[in-house]
Amino acid sequence: MVANRKVLSGNEAIAHAAWAAGVSVASAYPGTPSTEILETIAKSFPVGAGLQVPPQQESIYAEWSVNEKVAMEVAIGASFAGARALTAMKHVGLNVALDPLMTFAYIGATGGLVVVCADDPGMHSSQNEQDNRALAKFARVPMLEPSDSQECYDMTLLAFEISEEFNIPVILRTTTRVSHSSSIVDLAVFERRPRGERVYEKDMTRTVMVPMFARKMRVELQGKLAKLADYTEKTPLQRIERGSRIGIITSGVSYQYAREAFADASILKVGMTFPLPKRLIREFAKSVDKLYVVEEGDAYLEEQILAMGVAIEHPSISLRIGELDPDRLERLAAEVYGLPPLKPKEAVGNLPARPPVLCPGCSHRGVFYALSRLKAIVMGDIGCYSLGAFAPLSAMDSIVCMGASIGNAHGMQKAGQAGRVAAVIGDSTFFHSGITGLLNLVYNRGASTIIVLDNRTTAMTGHQDHPGTGRTLMGDQTVETLVEDVARGVGVKRVRVIDPYNLEETYNVLAEEIDSPEPSVVVSKRPCVLADRTRTFQQHRIDLEACKACGACLKLGCPAIEVIDSPDADAEKRKTRINRVLCVGCGMCLQVCKFDAIKETSL
Amino acid sequence: MSKTLNITLVGVGGQGTLLASEILCRVALASGRDVKKSEVHGMAQRGGSVVSQVRIGEKVHSPLIALGETDILIAFEKVEALRYAHFLGPDGIAMVNDQEIRPVTVSSGQAEWPEDLDGMLRSTFPKLEVIHALAIACELGNVRAVNLVMIGALADHLDIEDSIWRDAIAALVKPQFVELNLKAFEAGRAAHRSASS
Repeated sequence: MVANRKVLSGNEAIAHAAWAAGVSVASAYPGTPSTEILETIAKSFPVGAGLQVPPQQESIYAEWSVNEKVAMEVAIGASFAGARALTAMKHVGLNVALDPLMTFAYIGATGGLVVVCADDPGMHSSQNEQDNRALAKFARVPMLEPSDSQECYDMTLLAFEISEEFNIPVILRTTTRVSHSSSIVDLAVFERRPRGERVYEKDMTRTVMVPMFARKMRVELQGKLAKLADYTEKTPLQRIERGSRIGIITSGVSYQYAREAFADASILKVGMTFPLPKRLIREFAKSVDKLYVVEEGDAYLEEQILAMGVAIEHPSISLRIGELDPDRLERLAAEVYGLPPLKPKEAVGNLPARPPVLCPGCSHRGVFYALSRLKAIVMGDIGCYSLGAFAPLSAMDSIVCMGASIGNAHGMQKAGQAGRVAAVIGDSTFFHSGITGLLNLVYNRGASTIIVLDNRTTAMTGHQDHPGTGRTLMGDQTVETLVEDVARGVGVKRVRVIDPYNLEETYNVLAEEIDSPEPSVVVSKRPCVLADRTRTFQQHRIDLEACKACGACLKLGCPAIEVIDSPDADAEKRKTRINRVLCVGCGMCLQVCKFDAIKETSL
Repeated sequence: MSKTLNITLVGVGGQGTLLASEILCRVALASGRDVKKSEVHGMAQRGGSVVSQVRIGEKVHSPLIALGETDILIAFEKVEALRYAHFLGPDGIAMVNDQEIRPVTVSSGQAEWPEDLDGMLRSTFPKLEVIHALAIACELGNVRAVNLVMIGALADHLDIEDSIWRDAIAALVKPQFVELNLKAFEAGRAAHRSASS
């Protein structure tokens, strides 16, 4: 075979495999660390593969679905039609998509269906670190766990084969360090598999899950699992690397850390982690003197191995909470080999923190500035605007999950919470799962104010399109759904649209709506400054003669406004200046200065 | 088997550390070595502290480098060099761009900027190489070329053919910036050579 080697991230490798596997339909909602799978599919194929083939026949139809549940349902529809389909999501996305998956596991795949689920141990960019391996077992669908980009490629291809051989959806489970690490992938003969012979065949007893048919398919699923239990013992996805009498069972990226820290140990690397290869595990356990389980997250492997009655060692180094890394494995290895504990390497202390912040000119700032002045209790949601919770704005009080803000505000109001209560939610998040919450609020005679921070993009994950942008993932023009139309459509009578750069209007409208006894929606509309490249502007400067060092401009929390170093360290009040590299001329600071010290300037 | 070379690149979101680490990966692949790179996406565009790790060797397993096992720390900003100092091994080299970027915690008065930053760098890193990448990039007329100046300086430490570097740079930057980036690369390598000779 010819070598065709590239350095690819795990996500890029999965996208390449989707093309080679002949996937017809790919669907996802953006979510770190899974986003680049669909972006790569849309950007790179078929053009990136160096093959000029007519679209529709040979390219992948790829879409940003409005949420993960819909993405899963779209992939299921494609599978019904006999086509191969891939859907990708972050770990919490699978919670949203679990409903269709649980029942489709009974029905089973016609065309191969692979669900890529990217977990985020250590919560680099997530609100929890749930270990979704439990969900494969829960839904009774096979799960493969790659440990690097080559395995992402190979296992995605194999996942489609398994899905069609056993007529069952397959989960490919990655983690942040698999999805976002890059390594060499040999694509070998990189050719697209032609669409197979599978077609939709009408048989209500297999596809209509009313109880009488669901009971039959539940039994059939058990039969598939029995066959898979046999398959998992024999597949080359399970690999034993023979070494010393110290044995390690591991999977995913944990294998890479373990292989490095325990260079001479025997390792059973489990590539298919549901169902587990129980015979192989017993044989491996017998072949070693001491057996360790190295896994990131929950005790998924450990509990099942213990339930088999196989004895494993319990070291004092816990691998449970947070992300695994080479340091934790080195400490574990020191304990296993009876070496002195490693000396912790000390970091340099007292360095100024460099946290992420709302960008200069961020359109969310105007709304949070007003909410801060209104002293409102603000139920928050998932997006860049989570940064509005931090000082000096300090204007967000909760983050639970996508779309939660609306139900949370409604519940607080019904519980009789004193004071002003509002919800903020981004445009993409509103389309994802805010609409049902809003409908519920109207139906149940709520009184909350919902502020939709409409910056015309899915900003946090890197500017993806959504139903409000008028453009699809594949770059086609489409209907531009307006948040204000949706709000009126579900029955909201008070709907206002504001420009968050206008601070007075923003404050007045928010005060009026929050204090009104009816449900209301305020759409704060202004494109994300990072995405809007067409905008022209005048930067600002501060006239130091006029500046009275009152600090009003600092309450905006704009990174472009800096306190000037004072020779007198005790001086409580320090004048400010505007960083010309950072300022994008949004003009909010100009509106808060009472001394007319801030002026427009030409470069 | 020769030892794996561990390189950690640190800086501030927007400084181009990701492109620099991508160039390293491509160079490693073209020179017949195994390579792994690890980085975290998401917050980088929001002005936060960013770190990217590249490991090059015969066979690389872990995509992450253990604390204290980095061979070369490439810092695009001085405070970021100190923030990741404990990543570096006892014999490790710190290559630090002579540039300071103050975070919002300092500009808003919540935190203090270290008084004697250069002194701290000297006492923290026994093998410190200060690279005037910002000044060199400005001379070439584009601040954004800082990353290629740093890569040029790093290239002086590695035994890799010139053509491999040039091909990797040409493949990864936009056509209109290839010439500028190649110049920045050469200038970085030349500056490092004259400083260490």
